[in-house]
Amino acid sequence: MPEVDRERLIQFFTQPGTLSGLLDELPIGVAVLERDGSILLVNGAYESLTGVDRARVTGLRCLHSLRCDFCTRDCPVFAGRSDFPIQQVKGNIINRERKKVPVRLTVAPVFDEAGEQVGVVETVTPVSGPDDYDDPEAGSYSFGKLVGKSPQMDKVFRMVPSVAQTDSSVLITGETGTGKDALAEQIHRASDRADGPFVKVNCGALPDTLMESELFGHAKGAFTGADQNKPGRFRLAHGGSLFLTEIGDLPLNLQVKLLSFLDDKTIYPLGSAKGFHADVRVIVATHRNLEAMVRANQFRQDLLFRLNVIRIHLPPLRERGVDITLLQDHFLRDFRNRFNKKIVGFTRNATDLLGEYHYPGNVRELRNIIEYAVNFCNDKRIHLRHLPAYLHQVSAVPAQEAEALPAPAPAPVPPPTVPEAPAAARASETWEDVERRMILDALVKAHGRRGRAAEILGWGRSTLWRRMKRYGME
Amino acid sequence: MQQRILIPILDNEIAPRFDLATDVLIISLVWVDGKIVDREDKVVVLDHPSPEAVCRLVIVHTVNTVICGGIEGEYYDFLVWKGAEVIDDVVGSTADAMSVLLAGELESGMILQRGDSW
Repeated sequence: MPEVDRERLIQFFTQPGTLSGLLDELPIGVAVLERDGSILLVNGAYESLTGVDRARVTGLRCLHSLRCDFCTRDCPVFAGRSDFPIQQVKGNIINRERKKVPVRLTVAPVFDEAGEQVGVVETVTPVSGPDDYDDPEAGSYSFGKLVGKSPQMDKVFRMVPSVAQTDSSVLITGETGTGKDALAEQIHRASDRADGPFVKVNCGALPDTLMESELFGHAKGAFTGADQNKPGRFRLAHGGSLFLTEIGDLPLNLQVKLLSFLDDKTIYPLGSAKGFHADVRVIVATHRNLEAMVRANQFRQDLLFRLNVIRIHLPPLRERGVDITLLQDHFLRDFRNRFNKKIVGFTRNATDLLGEYHYPGNVRELRNIIEYAVNFCNDKRIHLRHLPAYLHQVSAVPAQEAEALPAPAPAPVPPPTVPEAPAAARASETWEDVERRMILDALVKAHGRRGRAAEILGWGRSTLWRRMKRYGME
Repeated sequence: MQQRILIPILDNEIAPRFDLATDVLIISLVWVDGKIVDREDKVVVLDHPSPEAVCRLVIVHTVNTVICGGIEGEYYDFLVWKGAEVIDDVVGSTADAMSVLLAGELESGMILQRGDSW
């Protein structure tokens, strides 16, 4: 087989104004590879889907860039085959945000005019597929990552299909941990844009200057250190949906640029006078009260009008009644399978306590609580002693307005107060139960280091070792 | 002092996927006065890919550092919570990864096969 003229191939795909521009316009990820699977170039949609930087992956073998389950299983390029028919498969990748994304992958050989294979073209598109959190046992009560059967959630589930079929902006409100991100992704997946990219940006994650470049991109030389053109998130979302979470944290100067984009669908990268028409649907979410922010001159009223075309509110978990039990069973099944445990359910006391708690961190907090309990439960059922100690110590607080709750999600395991026995210990719990829980809490606080756990408890190492042995906690 | 490093592998490279690796390299180092006085490399072969099984290996062998390619957030968070340092999104050979790690320079996102600066 003749040697490939690599320069010629790159030229072929990157001629200014022809193929390179065309590839970046496509709403599907494209990678052009050498015969051995080394990457020559990738387009913007590929960058968006995988999270890679095109400049860094040039020359890299494609399996390290795409990270698809097909790569090492059946890929003819990885197997070193030089002549193969077009492969069209479904699989999944793990992107740079550590998320597993179901994709449709096409791998096709490229031939020159003499019929010699000169390279390979891969296309990759996200597909709506079974989710990591899909729970077959939740049946009709699950909707993508969202699970619920309360009237409030039923109303949300019934809205999504019709909302998805429009192209209007969507504003999702709700306290932290209520599932705003999952709902946004579900709206995208149910829409005609499902095969396009779903790009998420946290508006509060970066300082103003970086956020502008991140959202709108920049031209080479726009500022010190801008040594190459960078496509912004709007451009990466071309053909799909852009999800702006924590929109209330978007600085005022960028609110103006966002409003301008919503008016004419054109983005202007930093340092460039040339606009780019981006076909993007905008979905935003916030836990803040945007109307109050408008009154305080912290949020533009005209932008709120533009974003508020469709508004969906996700209720806090404490108002969702039956969903608490449904979700605790859902998460129990998930973590039981993941940690290979044989737990069948919860004791009545544990269920009561979980039902009484007010969940400032909402579904995310409940999930963390169940993960903690499954980790430390070696019985058939989750008892009170397996639940984080802080649940016993927090008294219920009155429900607050969602918009007024800037409560951050609690850490998975707040520091327990040891060695005092919790005041709320149930009558049915023995001293052994309490002591066992104290040991667990100390171990968690000490990140598993027994020496430190013994210090926290005020015991010697050997005392801790003996008691752990007694309770079968080794 | 003992240090253990776990690397899911594909041939002699870091496996691109934590959850699909069937071969796991566990390196045990014994440090005395800032020098390595003993090193043992052991490859554990799983009968099928299982990220849960790899997580269990991390816990059972009290692994300090996990070096891997792509890893789902669930497993990353779990391992960090269990006290392991997870350096993910690394591309390259296990030998290069160990050299850079021992030089104190290994970071998530490094591509070592093309000689990322380190």
